[in-house]
Amino acid sequence: MNLDLILGILQIVLIATTPLVFAGIGELVTEKSGVLNLGVEGMMLVGAVSAFIILVITGSYFLAFFVSILSGIIMSGLFAFLVLFLMSNQIATGLALTIFGIGLSSMLGKQYIGTPIDGLSPWFFVIFSFLIVFLVSYFFYKTKAGLILRAVGESHNSAHALGYSVIKIRFLSILFGGSMCALAGSYISICYAPMWQEGMTAGRGWIALALVVFATWKPERVLIGAYIFGGVTILQMNLQALGLRFPGQFFSMAPYVATIIVLVLISSNKLRIKLSAPASLTIPFYKGR
Amino acid sequence: MNSLFPSIVSRSQSSGLMNFFVPIISIVLTLITGSIIFVLLGFDPVYALYTFFISPISSTYGISELFVKATPLALIAIGLSYCFKNNIYNIGAEGQLTMGAIFGGGIGILFHDTNVFWLLPLMIFAGAIGGALWGLIPAILKTKFNTNEILTSLMLVYVALFILDYLVVGPWKDPFGYSFPKSRPFSESGRMPLLFDGLRVHFGLIITLFLIFVSWFIFSKTIFGFQLKVSGYSPKAARYAGFNQTTLVFFAFAICGAFAGIAGLAEVSGPIGLLYRDISPNYGFTAIIVAFLGRLHPIGIIFASLVIALTYLGAEDAQLFLQMPSAVGFIFQGLVLFYLLGAELLINYKLTYKKLL
Repeated sequence: MNLDLILGILQIVLIATTPLVFAGIGELVTEKSGVLNLGVEGMMLVGAVSAFIILVITGSYFLAFFVSILSGIIMSGLFAFLVLFLMSNQIATGLALTIFGIGLSSMLGKQYIGTPIDGLSPWFFVIFSFLIVFLVSYFFYKTKAGLILRAVGESHNSAHALGYSVIKIRFLSILFGGSMCALAGSYISICYAPMWQEGMTAGRGWIALALVVFATWKPERVLIGAYIFGGVTILQMNLQALGLRFPGQFFSMAPYVATIIVLVLISSNKLRIKLSAPASLTIPFYKGR
Repeated sequence: MNSLFPSIVSRSQSSGLMNFFVPIISIVLTLITGSIIFVLLGFDPVYALYTFFISPISSTYGISELFVKATPLALIAIGLSYCFKNNIYNIGAEGQLTMGAIFGGGIGILFHDTNVFWLLPLMIFAGAIGGALWGLIPAILKTKFNTNEILTSLMLVYVALFILDYLVVGPWKDPFGYSFPKSRPFSESGRMPLLFDGLRVHFGLIITLFLIFVSWFIFSKTIFGFQLKVSGYSPKAARYAGFNQTTLVFFAFAICGAFAGIAGLAEVSGPIGLLYRDISPNYGFTAIIVAFLGRLHPIGIIFASLVIALTYLGAEDAQLFLQMPSAVGFIFQGLVLFYLLGAELLINYKLTYKKLL
């Protein structure tokens, strides 16, 4: 075991984990405001395909990421309209967003499967992913706006009574979540694996949702969780590559099994979940008399 | 003078009329949006809608195919309604379907050279057991370890798909299959009997209709159905009445898993006839839409399964005749669910124009 090998593995882990951090922190902000958006996977896919298509057409990385984030804002805006203004069931609406996103992304990307592009160096985004986690943490615990956002997530009626616009704050939190998910998707299709393939996020959106529970809704812990999952993923890939006489499928399922085990370990402490989850999570806000 | 925008006022009682009309409204709105999408993609909307929704069912074969697709959707959706009625979000039916196909299909592979009358019943039973066991995992994790069933049931879909993949490229691979990732074909007695000569609609349809009838009976005539409904509406009332939530969760997951497992087995022993990687075009996920569109009601689910099955067939025809990607079907499915969820507002709230003066 030499130093180069260890550094190499560390690099791969950093690169592979970054999209989980983006999607996880985005969803965390959304959930902190009291809204559960299960559409992460769908928004990541649409973000991934729109960035890829724009890059192929224009050749501009900036435009690719810009349009991708815009797609995340549109997708999450659709979700926000349904759950905030029409008070629809958040769980079902999020699922609809994922199904819609899977369909939309494969339709848009059909003719781009196999198109080669020049991948972008991931390091800017790797650093940015750490930065955004600390920015969110600072926002939540050191600024007044962050305090208001958390208050809305804990008790929307109290926040409303104090004169804060619950709907506006939730709307913005959902849009932030959507743009982060789209960023995660575009990172995957442009930096991580520069290509487009149907369903290429491979369940990372769902793992990001699990990360928020793992983190007990605390921003910095999203990083810890993401790196555990990223580490497991890379470990299983390396073990598969070693060519052990053990079927590869059992390695491939490791990240999903690990997610379940970690969720069980974290959630089995009922009190901890009850104390850390935003109290208004998934409850619609109705301002009527 | 009235205000320009309607305001949302809560109804004192949810509207039964709207409960009936909301799915219809959402289907109409989906068709309108669909034609707009077709125009944007540069297709003649009338011809495209015709290709999508009319031409697939304009022949006897087409109608039979509609029932072939609707069979697993309706069966899984009625299973899901045991969970959804109780606000248990089992979204891993795709995994339970896969496990059912593995268990039942495993029996089929074991007896691949045997022709006995009990083979198919045994396979169906094994399929139900496989699906139910896979469904019980999130149930145990939810009740004993307080773990969110949405995430665990979904993660188990990936695990089940990898297990199936391992089996069909590994130990269960057909020795005469030219190294294709598929199993031996089942024997004739391990296949679902066809209902009509020359059409693919199979005995699974009868099983589905029977289980839908049984479920209707359970939902409307038994205490268990009543308990499910009450704990869905008000967990507090259910606790006060002394209903055992843990038991309800176990039963809901086991029944849903068993139904999904039977649906999976019916697919592999019906149209497919062996095990391979892609046994289901996302039936387990699409059935979630069917359950909601059918408003968790047995009759509603039958109609909803036909509507959603049509989007599968329409997508195939659109791919064939219009060179449209088949994923358009998923877009329609997503849209119909969006509209449905949005329009549900009309059930519990009404729109009124407030008097300004």
